[in-house]
Amino acid sequence: MVTRLEIAGRTDLPDPRGLHAGGRIRNFLGIPVRAVRTRDVYRIEADLQAGEAEKILNEVTDPVLHRGGLGRVESDRFDFAVSVAFKPGVTDPVGKSAMVAVQDTLGRALTLTGGEEPAVYSSTLYLLTGVTREQAETIGTSLLANPVIQTITIRSWDEWSSSAPDMTVPRVPAQHRPEVQRYDLSGSDAELQEISRKGLLSLSIEEMHAIRNHFLAAGNDPARTGLGLDHRPTDVELECLAQTWSEHCKHKIFNATVTYHEAGKEPETIRSLFKTCIMGATKAIGAPWLVSVFHDNAGVVTFDERIHLVYKVETHNSPSALDPYGGAITGIVGVNRDPFGTGLGAHLLANVWGYCFGSPFHEGDLPKGLLHPRRVRDGVHQGVIDGGNQSGIPYGRGWEVFDHRYLGKPLVFCGTVGALPVTIAGGPGEKKAALPGDRIVMTGGRIGADGIHGATFSSAALDESAPVQAVQIGDPITQKRMFDFLLVARERGLYNAITDNGAGGLSSSVGEMAEQPGGARLDLSQAPLKYAGLATWEILVSEAQERMTLAVSPEKIDEFLELAREMEVETNDIGEFTDSGMFHVTWGDETVACLSMEFMHEGDPDLNLTARWAPPLYAEPEPFSGTDLTEDLIAMLARLNICSGEKKARHYDHEVKGLTVVKPWIGVEQDVPAEATVFLARHGSSRGFVLAESVNPFLSDIDTYAMTVAVVDEAVRKLVCAGARTDRIAALDNFCWPDPVQSDHTPDGEYKMAQLVRSCRALYDTTLAYGTPLISGKDSMKNDSTMGGVKISVPPTLLLSAIGQIDDVRNAVTADFKQEGDRVYLLGTTRDECGGSEYFRYLGEKDGIAGNPGEPAPYVGNRPPVIDPERTLPLYRAVEKVMAAGLVRSASTPARGGLILALARSAMAGMLGAEIDLDVDLPADRLLFSESGGRFVITVAEKNGAAFEAAMAGQPCSRIGTVTAGSRLVVRHGGGTVADASLTDMKAAFKETLNHV
Amino acid sequence: MSKVRVLILTGLGLNCEAETDAAFRMVGASPEQVHLLDLLEGRAERRLSDYRILAFIGGFAFGDHLGAGFVFANKIRWRLYDQLLSFIENGGLALGVCNGFQTMVRLGMLPGFDGDYRTPRATLAPNDRLGYRDAWVKLAVDPNSPCVWTRGLTTIDLPARHGEGKFLTETPEVLDRLESGSQVAVRYVGDNGKPTQDWPDNPNGSPDAVAGICDPTGRLFGLMPHPDAYLYPYQHPQWHRDKHRDGVVLPTEGAGLAIFRNGVEAAAG
Repeated sequence: MVTRLEIAGRTDLPDPRGLHAGGRIRNFLGIPVRAVRTRDVYRIEADLQAGEAEKILNEVTDPVLHRGGLGRVESDRFDFAVSVAFKPGVTDPVGKSAMVAVQDTLGRALTLTGGEEPAVYSSTLYLLTGVTREQAETIGTSLLANPVIQTITIRSWDEWSSSAPDMTVPRVPAQHRPEVQRYDLSGSDAELQEISRKGLLSLSIEEMHAIRNHFLAAGNDPARTGLGLDHRPTDVELECLAQTWSEHCKHKIFNATVTYHEAGKEPETIRSLFKTCIMGATKAIGAPWLVSVFHDNAGVVTFDERIHLVYKVETHNSPSALDPYGGAITGIVGVNRDPFGTGLGAHLLANVWGYCFGSPFHEGDLPKGLLHPRRVRDGVHQGVIDGGNQSGIPYGRGWEVFDHRYLGKPLVFCGTVGALPVTIAGGPGEKKAALPGDRIVMTGGRIGADGIHGATFSSAALDESAPVQAVQIGDPITQKRMFDFLLVARERGLYNAITDNGAGGLSSSVGEMAEQPGGARLDLSQAPLKYAGLATWEILVSEAQERMTLAVSPEKIDEFLELAREMEVETNDIGEFTDSGMFHVTWGDETVACLSMEFMHEGDPDLNLTARWAPPLYAEPEPFSGTDLTEDLIAMLARLNICSGEKKARHYDHEVKGLTVVKPWIGVEQDVPAEATVFLARHGSSRGFVLAESVNPFLSDIDTYAMTVAVVDEAVRKLVCAGARTDRIAALDNFCWPDPVQSDHTPDGEYKMAQLVRSCRALYDTTLAYGTPLISGKDSMKNDSTMGGVKISVPPTLLLSAIGQIDDVRNAVTADFKQEGDRVYLLGTTRDECGGSEYFRYLGEKDGIAGNPGEPAPYVGNRPPVIDPERTLPLYRAVEKVMAAGLVRSASTPARGGLILALARSAMAGMLGAEIDLDVDLPADRLLFSESGGRFVITVAEKNGAAFEAAMAGQPCSRIGTVTAGSRLVVRHGGGTVADASLTDMKAAFKETLNHV
Repeated sequence: MSKVRVLILTGLGLNCEAETDAAFRMVGASPEQVHLLDLLEGRAERRLSDYRILAFIGGFAFGDHLGAGFVFANKIRWRLYDQLLSFIENGGLALGVCNGFQTMVRLGMLPGFDGDYRTPRATLAPNDRLGYRDAWVKLAVDPNSPCVWTRGLTTIDLPARHGEGKFLTETPEVLDRLESGSQVAVRYVGDNGKPTQDWPDNPNGSPDAVAGICDPTGRLFGLMPHPDAYLYPYQHPQWHRDKHRDGVVLPTEGAGLAIFRNGVEAAAG
């Protein structure tokens, strides 16, 4: 039986949700809707006794705000009602909470005749006035709901008034578990490829051969035949191998043997970019303060005597392209589990996010199947906002980069900093090991069809066949409750090892944990399911969220399960770690998979790739011939890649936990982004950590080597600029690349591979030179989309996230000008290095040069910043000293937009002007807008000027002006004024662009 | 003198337990974090009557689904209400911050007219500008308020971080009565120090700029902004500016602490 509650707002009160939706309908869709009212609907599928429905209704209805009704609440006339409900099987956290409220109110557990599980399903009703049916449909599909995960029902006023309330519920129909299938791999290559393609396995023909050969050899082994298996892999085995060997899990490209060609040079062979360049640099640096790098879910570094810092950044690109909200919320709550699953478990301190999108103002055609970038942007933001806020984790850094080449696939970076106790339950916090005999325990949520094939799907280009079930929706509250439980279990020493269930689900988490003991026996019939009917392989590879896998010793399993029961966190004992050398999966007594651990982890064939580098050549703009750059400065401030993103960012909590010191937005009006943010790591200590990052895909168009040096330099420089120590900076690399494997679909694969090689080499060279070890990273190598026959590849994008340490957060420095009369210094050298700069793209637009959809926006130019760490590092150390000595009042880093943008930010933040006189032999526009690295703008109190200059002796440091009480930023060069802008005009331009979207 | 015992209710999506714990500790109290389910099931071996102060902390209990604080408050209403009422009757103090304030209002602990602590007369509705927002606000304290938590304070800067903070009453008379009894202990004010309806100084559009209210005894107090996020002086957004500015006197502690200290002193006295 279904009971339907409808909760409407009181008609005399405004409906903020309806008003908000109305604004978006008018602004984004251009549909002049007159009014939008909203209602919440709950359908309770359970047996209720007389009076119980009324009791629930009374409880759920807020008398101040609501009118509630059973069935339906009457309404004034509207044109169309749009109902948005979840599709069957999609996570419905609101329904879940409603279930708790209903049971608390009734003081009993709900039941349902027929033995099915009772449930509450939530949905939303939008009552639209002033629209046609066609418009209501557009509103429903392009704004209110995502057809991938939601059902939309539209009724006109007449249909609504003359029909009974809709009582249908999105229950997943009960089905039987399908039989385990066996695959005959004796066919032709074409047949093998068809098996891989049809099963969404993303296995190459070489990999299919390796699997066939393995099973042919193992097929007669009594160890296998004795379990009822033969030379044909089961679907469970094939799926498990596909997950384990996916690009997502195995990083085949980073581990490939690469032959690198460059004109005029001998070809070079590189065995694993990951081992030689990334691990190689960290090893060569040999920092004694690294605790655990590369082998766990996140990197761990020493912080103080009580805690280590843990940091991980991930991407969640493909799911966010299909369902921006669900993909992004899963991205953030998913990466939370990485530090949480590092060592014996870190508690979480801060999140970071960063997105690469197409322009939200995109007006051209969109290939079929793609969502408008504004919609992607809104959904991604809201997902990470909800995920972070509801988990109670503040954000430390947030950024957006816009380029038309992200139209096909947005990049969604999410990261989390955690604190790992140095000692947990008497032992080192970073050490964990599952032992033979330990129970395999899964905790958190249930398994459903959500997120099946996420790992293999993210290892393929996005096209119209993308599976609906690849989308998961994270539920931060379920996860928070699981974390609360696990922190208690951690303190009591109730488990030996922990890891998260992410890509590949149980097949990956148990498969990886089983490497230490040397095997596992997993009984999938013991795994809790959201609904019956999942195939056995689906249970194994489902990426349903909010789950961790643990190894619990048999002596502690009862206490562990009891604690879980008390804290109401679903937890099941699903098997045993062994030393059998086999990954053995059963359904009760029936064996459904038995794979040798060795074959699983080492059996995939080596990949050989070719890289061929040829530097591109681009057009250059005409030399600057004007005299005044004021208008250009204002225009630059308004550009998408420079302007303020505060409107969205304010929706993210940045202060929960009470540890935030230098916040993401600084200055008198707290409306200018901080160069770096500063956090305490725990209460009771003024030692802190500092976060910054850099991403600059535009430089990749010229040379990924230069791009990579620039992002490492910028991230390090931002930390130094905020007062971080130079000797405790750790970095994370997140590569998001277009497919670099040469093929019919990717005729320029060898060039893209060369871009990857050059980037990795620069990463090695620069992190080694700066002494900033890489402690963790991730690669996402298939960021191409083919929608409606159009291929769009992202520009090679490397996010470099840096985490530094500051001995006393009170010594942190912010970028805002502090006091009139302070001296302004420029540190470092400005050169004519406008290649890949924001200024050149601005000139391209100004000159009306049309770009091609798949290519970089003109002008690109040819001279990217060149940075020599031999010169910059001594400067950074000198800056560190003057900061520690308290000589610096403000510091900022010229980067995107150049020197003038750094000055503008400091002026806007401090609400003070400046008189600047530049004596450098460069054309004025290059001087102001060049993005040369290695530079700071620093202000110093007049009384400290001499001491500062003495400390900077031998460094490139020149006094360029004075902070003024006035409200203008005035820049002179070569005897004339080249820019003179008011704070008011600058702020208006800076804030307006993204203020209404 | 023995330390004042504080019960911090945790779990189910709440998330400000660490900073609330730190705050009470810093002012000399003895806070204990207890999961609501442990209290409901009697596993905690503690009762509300063991404590002088009850802290309803911020967070997203049950995701704020069905309304902010609703599902959490509902659990207390059906399963812990008797204990809670006798705690109040026996002179206990309570502080609710953000989600905790929403919970207290949902329960009817606030406004608590005429000793009635179980009839909800108000609600925290969605902000006029939809969505969660994190920004610092300026609050003015009503000097005539009986609120023991705000004694001696005049203004205070705190971060507001919520999506549902618009304080609406059942009837206009309820708001009138709150005002006449000086139960509106804190209001959002503009730069001129006057209560304001203007966004963003008033972040949610609360009538009469209500940011927090107390019960007629002044012992129960709830507010939307977070005193628990301003424990150290250098957490103020202007501190790293002010430390360089000539003639500016820097505070020696985070202003949020004063609220906790007041409550603990009142509980001890």
